Amino acid sequence: MDKFISRLLFLAACSSTAILALIALFIFKEGVPIMAKTGLGHFIFGREWFPLSGQFGIYAFIIGSLWVTFGALIFGVPLGVSCAIFLAEFAPRKWVGILKPAIELLAGIPSVVYGFLGVMWLAPLIRNHLGGPGLSILAASIVLAIMILPTIVSVSIDAIQAVPKNYKEGSLALGATTWQSTWRVILPAAKSGILAGVILGMGRAVGETMAVIMISGNATTIPHSPLDSVRTLTANIAIEMGYAIGDHREALFATGVVLFFFIMILNTVALRFARRKF
Amino acid sequence: MRISPKITERIAKLFLWSAAIFTIGALIFVIGFVLAGGLTHISWSFLTEPILDMGREGGILPAIVGTIFMVFVAVGIAAPLGVASAIYLAEYTREGKVTQAIRFGINCLAGVPSIIFGLFGFILFVVMLGFGWSILSGGLSLAAMILPTIIRTAEEALRAVPASYRDVAASLGATRWQVVTKSVLPYALPGILTGVILGIGRSIEETAVVIFTAGSAVQMPTSIFDSARTMAVHFYILAREGISNDMAYATAAVLICTILIINVSAYTMMHRLTKGRRS
Repeated sequence: MDKFISRLLFLAACSSTAILALIALFIFKEGVPIMAKTGLGHFIFGREWFPLSGQFGIYAFIIGSLWVTFGALIFGVPLGVSCAIFLAEFAPRKWVGILKPAIELLAGIPSVVYGFLGVMWLAPLIRNHLGGPGLSILAASIVLAIMILPTIVSVSIDAIQAVPKNYKEGSLALGATTWQSTWRVILPAAKSGILAGVILGMGRAVGETMAVIMISGNATTIPHSPLDSVRTLTANIAIEMGYAIGDHREALFATGVVLFFFIMILNTVALRFARRKF
Repeated sequence: MRISPKITERIAKLFLWSAAIFTIGALIFVIGFVLAGGLTHISWSFLTEPILDMGREGGILPAIVGTIFMVFVAVGIAAPLGVASAIYLAEYTREGKVTQAIRFGINCLAGVPSIIFGLFGFILFVVMLGFGWSILSGGLSLAAMILPTIIRTAEEALRAVPASYRDVAASLGATRWQVVTKSVLPYALPGILTGVILGIGRSIEETAVVIFTAGSAVQMPTSIFDSARTMAVHFYILAREGISNDMAYATAAVLICTILIINVSAYTMMHRLTKGRRS
């Protein structure tokens, strides 16, 4: 009886890996044929996306995803790492009790709500003060920065708290201030963990869909400035999936294949960094 | 010029404090913005009437019911599967090559973007298995998405159970399964429930997965084979297609309130758990 239960539990434990494999299988099965038909190079580096005339080049969307993701990191990383340092080293107890749940709540707010806020408030603000269409890389970056904050903070905090206590105590005993100990001792020791958090946040930004659709403007051209409107890989799938058929639908799945590759690379790198010890 | 360490310390503190305050400010702003625009439009009839004229009139009852159905399917599948996975990882095996592979799968699944779950659910459940756009397809896809969250929290909760609980039960002659069900699980239950609540929260927030697998029918769903829209999908359609700003705000406010309640209950449950341990 116990052996039977053990087997059953083992099967359950394998389910996540099995689902991951199934996802890869189905996305690839739908997406790879059209990639082969278009030619991998043409698909990835092609600048023309005219699904109705059978031209499938997603270069502009890859560039779009990169712009938006790096924009989100520029705002999100300093803010997230600062919050993590604050929480782990500087914050009075009462503040930890407020800030931690607040950051978790930020993760809980639906991405469509963030998108809505971007459309109603942020985009007009950018349009009126900085110019451009408003729905832009800048708007998407700012909103994404807030959305990836929880990921960066929680992973970074774990990394900082994993640094042995005597590192900090030793540094303080030598007469260093709290900030000197943090900057010179704790952060270097927690570096790889923090990096893991940043990369996971990057994965979140690359994969975010609904908020990005609403605030990035979705132009299919290659952007030249942060005020231009862009379309990301995720947005390309979500916008056209509703009506795509045949080759067009397969091309959207192929976009999914590229996205899947990006994410798996980021995940693997992040896991590598997270596992590294001092 | 060298700046004195004391001044650097002050500057650093100032910077860190402003980052923290900015973050809390952003949260308050987001919630306040939605509630300010939406609370005045919420009424009893808004919560209990059908969606009329694509959402310009009436209420959001079908979306609320659709959300509840979908969450039930998702959690009904993901919770048993996730807790069983966690029990295997925490109680039934030692760390090794196999657990490493399993953990890699869980971590990668956690990082897969929702749009990919949407594509996957669409091709497998909607098209190949023939469930069509339905609550069942949507729930199954959501279950795949929330599985890693539930496994991780449940495993953490199981690992927090003191070893003495297992030793005592085992010394009384209990089998491993009896040890787990009679001694370990009751102790870990609040932690496990926290994970389940977080899973519910993620299912409610999700749009990209649901819109491709459950469709967006405005009618009241009567079975899990019906297409339905969740509150998040309803809100997205209202906002994106510019159907009605007032209704969009009101729906968003209901959504935010639900999420607030869920997060607060998850948090207090976790808090009570750690507090109980200390005494």
